[in-house]
Amino acid sequence: MSETQTTYNYKVVRQFAVMTVIWGIVGMLVGVIIAAQLVWPEMFSRLLPDLAPYLSYGRLRPLHTNAVIFAFGGCALFATSYYCVQRTCHTRIFCDKLAAFTFWGWQLVILLAAITLPLGITAGKEYAELEWPIDILITLVWVAYAIVFFGTIAKRKVSHIYVANWFFGSMILAVALLHLVNSAAIPVSLLKSYSVYAGVQDAMVQWWYGHNAVGFFLTAGFLGMMYYFVPKQAGRPVYSYRLSVVHFWALIFTYMWAGPHHLHYTALPDWTQSVGMLFSLILLAPSWGGMINGIMTLSGAWHKLRDDPILKFLITSLSFYGMSTFEGPMMSVKTVNALSHYTDWTVGHVHSGALGWVAMVSIGSLYYLLPRVFGRQEMYSVKLMTVHFWVATIGVVLYIASMWIAGVMQGLMWRAVNADGTLTYSFVESVKGSYPFWTIRFIGGALFLSGMLIMAYNMFKTIAAGKSEDAPVLAPAAHHA
Amino acid sequence: MSDFVSEFWNFYVAGIVLVSIIACAILLWSQGSATYTVGKTTGHSWDESLEEYNNPLPKWWSWLFYLTVVFALVYLALYPGLGSYKGMLGWTSTGQHKAEVAKAEAALKPVFDKYLGMDIQAVAADKQAMETGKRLYLTYCMQCHGADARGSKGFPNLTDGDWLYGGEPDKIVETISNGRLGVMPPHAHLGADTVKDLANYVRSLSGLPADSVRAAKGQEAFMTAGCAGCHGMDAKGMHALGAPNLTDNVWLYGSSEAVITETIMNGRQNKMPAWKEFLGDAKVHLLAAYVYSLSNAK
Repeated sequence: MSETQTTYNYKVVRQFAVMTVIWGIVGMLVGVIIAAQLVWPEMFSRLLPDLAPYLSYGRLRPLHTNAVIFAFGGCALFATSYYCVQRTCHTRIFCDKLAAFTFWGWQLVILLAAITLPLGITAGKEYAELEWPIDILITLVWVAYAIVFFGTIAKRKVSHIYVANWFFGSMILAVALLHLVNSAAIPVSLLKSYSVYAGVQDAMVQWWYGHNAVGFFLTAGFLGMMYYFVPKQAGRPVYSYRLSVVHFWALIFTYMWAGPHHLHYTALPDWTQSVGMLFSLILLAPSWGGMINGIMTLSGAWHKLRDDPILKFLITSLSFYGMSTFEGPMMSVKTVNALSHYTDWTVGHVHSGALGWVAMVSIGSLYYLLPRVFGRQEMYSVKLMTVHFWVATIGVVLYIASMWIAGVMQGLMWRAVNADGTLTYSFVESVKGSYPFWTIRFIGGALFLSGMLIMAYNMFKTIAAGKSEDAPVLAPAAHHA
Repeated sequence: MSDFVSEFWNFYVAGIVLVSIIACAILLWSQGSATYTVGKTTGHSWDESLEEYNNPLPKWWSWLFYLTVVFALVYLALYPGLGSYKGMLGWTSTGQHKAEVAKAEAALKPVFDKYLGMDIQAVAADKQAMETGKRLYLTYCMQCHGADARGSKGFPNLTDGDWLYGGEPDKIVETISNGRLGVMPPHAHLGADTVKDLANYVRSLSGLPADSVRAAKGQEAFMTAGCAGCHGMDAKGMHALGAPNLTDNVWLYGSSEAVITETIMNGRQNKMPAWKEFLGDAKVHLLAAYVYSLSNAK
C-alpha cells in the first residue's frame, strides 16, 4: 500500500484519455452521418434498407449527442480531473478500486447507450434519453466519482484548494443534482418508464436540466480543465485570483436559473420566461471572466502561441468560449429568440460551444497530458498537432458560419408575410433554401472528424514509443507543507 | 389565474430571484474592493509551477457585470418576473399576441371582405384574388392535398373535376367551412368470396381488367348487399353522402383488386377538418374560389 502511495494513479487517467479520443471519433462520426442524412435523406433506405429504421435521423441524433457530450466530453473530464486533482493535491488518488469502477462503469453506460438508442429504447428527454436502469448505473458511477474526487481533496497535502478543483467539484455536485431530479421516472417495464412530471412542468424540469448540463458539465468542468492546463502550458501564473473567485461564484449563482430561455413564447408562465432571460444576460460577465482569466494568463508570453500547437488549441478554445457566451445571452433575449428559436442558428451556437470550446480545450489538454502519462516528453509528432489544429479550426468556422446563415435565413423566411397577411414562404421552401448550408456544415463536420483521426494516429504512435509509467508524488512547495 | 398554488410560493420565488441578483452585486463589490497587488502572486503554489496573480478585476468587466445586474432589476420592475407581481407596464405574452392579431385583422379585414361580397365565380376570375387564394392554399391545405392540389392516397385530387360532395361553389364553401366525415362501412360479413366478386365488379365498372364471371356475380351482390344504397343503382355515387362515383376511374385509395378488397372488407374512415372557426368566412370564401378555379380553368 505504502509503495503505491508514492506515485500518482496514472492508470485511470490513461484509460480515460485514450477512450476520450476513441469516443470522440465515434460521436463525431455519428454527427457527420446525421449531417449527411439532412443533405441526402434517402441515404440509408437506399444503401442499407434493412437497417434503415435503426439508422434513421431520430434514432441517431440522440446517439450523437450522448456520445459527444457524455462519452467524449465525460471521458475528457474524468481523465483531466483525475490528473489535476492528484497533482494539485500532491497525493495519490483516493481509492484506486473505486476509480477503476468509475472507468469501467462509465464505459458500460456508453456501451448500453450505443445499443439502446438505435433500438429506439428512450426516455424521450433531450440529453437524458437513457432509460431508467442505465440512469441508475450512471448514478452509481457518479457517486463513486464524487467519493474519489472529494476523497482526494480531503487527503491533500496543501492547505489551499486549487481553482481548477473548485470547478471540477461544482460540476460533480451539480450534475448529481440535475441527473437525480430530471431522471425521476416511474418504470413500467425494464425498458420503459414515464417521467414523474407532466406538461409544462416536465418541459421546465427538462430544460433546467438541459441548460445546466451545458452550464456545469460542459462549462464548469471544462473551465476546471482550462485552469490547470493553460497556466501549465503557458508557464505563467493565472491572471487574477480575484477574478476566478468572482466568476466562479457568479456562475454558480446564476446558471441554475437560465433554463427557461429554451421555452420562450410557450405555455411557460411569463414570469418564468423573464427570470430565465435575465439570468442568462447576467451570465455574460461571469462567463467572460473565465475567458479573460485564461487568455490574460498568456499575456507577456504571446510569442509562445506562434509555434506551440497546444496553446493554439487552448487559446482558440477560449476565444470560441467567449464568442458563444456572448451569443448565448443575446439569443436568450426574447425578441432575438423570436427569430432564432427552432432554426439552425441554435445548432450553430451549440457547436461553436461544443466544437470550438469543449472539444478544442479537451484536445489541447490531452496533447499536454498524453505524453506525460505515457512516459514521453511530447507527442510523437508536433507537426501533426499543428495540422490537426488548422483542420479543426477551418472545420468549426465552416460549421458555425453555415449554420448562422441558414438559421437567420430560416427565421426570416418563416416570419415573412405578404401584404395580404399570408405567409410568403411555405416551410418546404425554407428546407430547400437550407440545402447548400447543410452541405457546407457536413464538410465542416467531416473536417473536424478527420482532425480527430489525425489525433488518434498521433496518440497511438506516442503510446507505442512510450511506456505506462506512474510519476512519483511530488512534495508540496516548502512553505505549504 | 395565479401560477402559484399558495402565496408562499409567490414570495419564495420573488425573494430568491432578488437575493440571487443582489448576491451577484455584493460579491462583485466585495471582491472588487479587496486589496490587490498587481503583478504579485497570492503566495500559494501547486504542482511545482501553478501560481495565481493577485491582480484586480478588470474595470470594464466589472462595469459590464454591474450593468447587467441593473438591467435585470429595472426589467423586473417593468415586466412580470417577481412571483405574481405583474410589472409596471402590465405586459403579458397573451396580451401581446392578442394585440398583434387584432392589428393584423384590422389591417387585412378590408382586403378579404372585398371578395366576400363577390360571388365565387367572380372571385375565381380575379387574378389578384387567386394569388392570395393560392398563398392561403399553400399555408393551410397543401399538407394534405399537396402543393399541386393533386392529392394523394386518402386525400382527394382537387384538380380533376370529380367531386365527392359536389363541386358547386356553395358545396365547396360548405366542405371547407364545416369539414366532412367520409365513412365507408366494413363489409367483411359478406365473406371473402363475395367481396372478391364485388371488387371485380367495381373494377369492371371503370373498364379495368376483371374476371367476368366474378364481376357478374359481383353485380348481383352490389344490388342486394347494400352497396347501391349509397353508391346508387348505377354506381355513380351520391354527393349528399360523399359516396364516390365508382364508374369514373378516379380512385381515392387505389384501384388494384387487393386495395378495393381491403376497402370493402374493412371500410374506410376519412376526415376533412372544419376551417370556419379558425379562418373565418372571408378566407374560406377566397379558398373556395381558389379550389373552384382549379377545376374550372378558363
